[in-house]
Amino acid sequence: MCGIAGLIHRGTSGEVGDEMTAMLEALKHRGPDSTGFALYGDGRPGELLMRLKLAEQEETRKGFDIHKKLPERKTEVDRRIIELGGTILEATAATEYAYRYRLKYSGDNRKLADYIEDIEGVEILSLGSGLELIKDLGMAPQVAGQYHLTGFRGTHAIGHTRMATESDVDIRSAHPFWAYPFADVSVVHNGQLTNYWMGRRALERRGHRFMSNCDSELIAVFLADRVERGATLEAAMRDSIDELDGVFTYLVATSDSLGMAKDVMAAKPMVLYESDDLVALASEEVAIRSIFPNEIDTFDPYEGEVRVWKA
Amino acid sequence: MTTTAHTLTKSQSRLMGLHSERLGGRTQQRFFSAEETENFVYPWSTPVDFDKHADLDAAGLKPHEVNIKLRELMKQGFGSITLRNPGARPGLAVGILNRLNLTIDGSLGYFGCGLVDGPNIRIKGRVGWSCAENMMSGTIVIEKNAGSTFGAAIRGGDLVCRGDVGARTGIDMKGGTIIVGGRTGAFSGFMMQRGRMIVLGDAGKNLGDSMYDGTIYVGGKIASLGVDAVPAELTDHERRWLTRKLDLYGLKAPNGVANLQKIAAGKQLWNYDNLEPAEKKLVL
Repeated sequence: MCGIAGLIHRGTSGEVGDEMTAMLEALKHRGPDSTGFALYGDGRPGELLMRLKLAEQEETRKGFDIHKKLPERKTEVDRRIIELGGTILEATAATEYAYRYRLKYSGDNRKLADYIEDIEGVEILSLGSGLELIKDLGMAPQVAGQYHLTGFRGTHAIGHTRMATESDVDIRSAHPFWAYPFADVSVVHNGQLTNYWMGRRALERRGHRFMSNCDSELIAVFLADRVERGATLEAAMRDSIDELDGVFTYLVATSDSLGMAKDVMAAKPMVLYESDDLVALASEEVAIRSIFPNEIDTFDPYEGEVRVWKA
Repeated sequence: MTTTAHTLTKSQSRLMGLHSERLGGRTQQRFFSAEETENFVYPWSTPVDFDKHADLDAAGLKPHEVNIKLRELMKQGFGSITLRNPGARPGLAVGILNRLNLTIDGSLGYFGCGLVDGPNIRIKGRVGWSCAENMMSGTIVIEKNAGSTFGAAIRGGDLVCRGDVGARTGIDMKGGTIIVGGRTGAFSGFMMQRGRMIVLGDAGKNLGDSMYDGTIYVGGKIASLGVDAVPAELTDHERRWLTRKLDLYGLKAPNGVANLQKIAAGKQLWNYDNLEPAEKKLVL
């Protein structure tokens, strides 16, 4: 069934790492397979943040020579960044297979992403000035601990606890999905898309890449396609209500916004709390209450509803 | 192309005299009565004293621990209980098969107050999805909003939400009364079988879709009616009943009870015909 959550601080920043960890921990009963965070920090002007994985967690447990290959892949990533004119300011390992890069790079993001992902086993999880996308197998506290999310400050975040149904339990199928190749756009989804393959084939013909067989990835790519063709994020989301078939509630975040969309059947839950300082959304109110100890007024957005909030 | 069974359409089958029978349908009044349940006592229910009051703090307790403590208090004869700090957690106050005055000082998560038979419950906050699912009797009043599938498959009692509710309110309801003070979402009354639903605000798309029986009253705008849901005429008897029912909870229809729109089942769906299963395959 999956759980999704999002929050945005209005006009200020907060401890979004801890807040999202608490929200996702409260939703653990909705999906124990993997946990993912898209956190929007303040970033640094002129710098690019990149999160990538060199292999699946499963491979590192069972592969015979994967531990030898990982440093080789990392070296190749570094080489290709430099070859494209980038400068590596910092590269830190969150795990043996997951890295966080701070870069100076002024070229085309798509070219950078394509060239790096051409290396066997390497997938860019996110690219942008503020977005840091972290996802791995396990519950929220475990993943947050593994990737040192405690104390992460930012303006907004979305997150996901996954109950895998139609694709594997692995990092590539975990949420959030980065809307390749657009900087700072990420998506989490609860539901099932029934026109996934039809939509995927159409978007692949337009040059978009899919890294998983997870239907939810279609939403990220769909939005990226619409934005690339000139639509605003909100307009793209409204299009998705008509063009994506199935049941879904999803959250999308950009460098300065948080949005939600709900299908016309309203078959998947979403509870919304809105105040002057903060907007919080989750599959269940218990997640919002994990960051608000006191009683709050909440409501369910309705069928076919699209809403966007600015930081 | 040869003429096969699959080319026989529904309109053709009507011309053949099929689909002509309209079953009257059974009504809640004949088969369900909230009053009847007053005399229904479970062997394991315990006598309680409504003047005996207890406070139960749910903070730090797991949902099943809260429910066990509620039972223990009822066994000790407490007939009025206030549950504090529910924290919007799921599955609280479920399966209460006793007379009890329960006040919940906060919000509930999923499946709150499900499977209850007899208690009078007041919830000061909001409730999540599937509140009061399979409720048999008693009253539940929610002061704020409610999530989707509100009152799914209830069979009796009064379920009242003073605020707005989500989609599929009263899905598969088989009796009792659901009252919504605000708006209700899409597919409310979906596959409704019996009972009454009163929505004082607007209703979302496909109201009463595939309803078998029962009645829906709406005070605001209806986005659209579902399959086989049709407008019907309000009777004097209903006006009196509606006035009395809303007065009980201090609610008012926005333009007066006389202007509530009444929606009932058209009873034209396939399940109301008199075809044998093999014949149905021919026309579907």
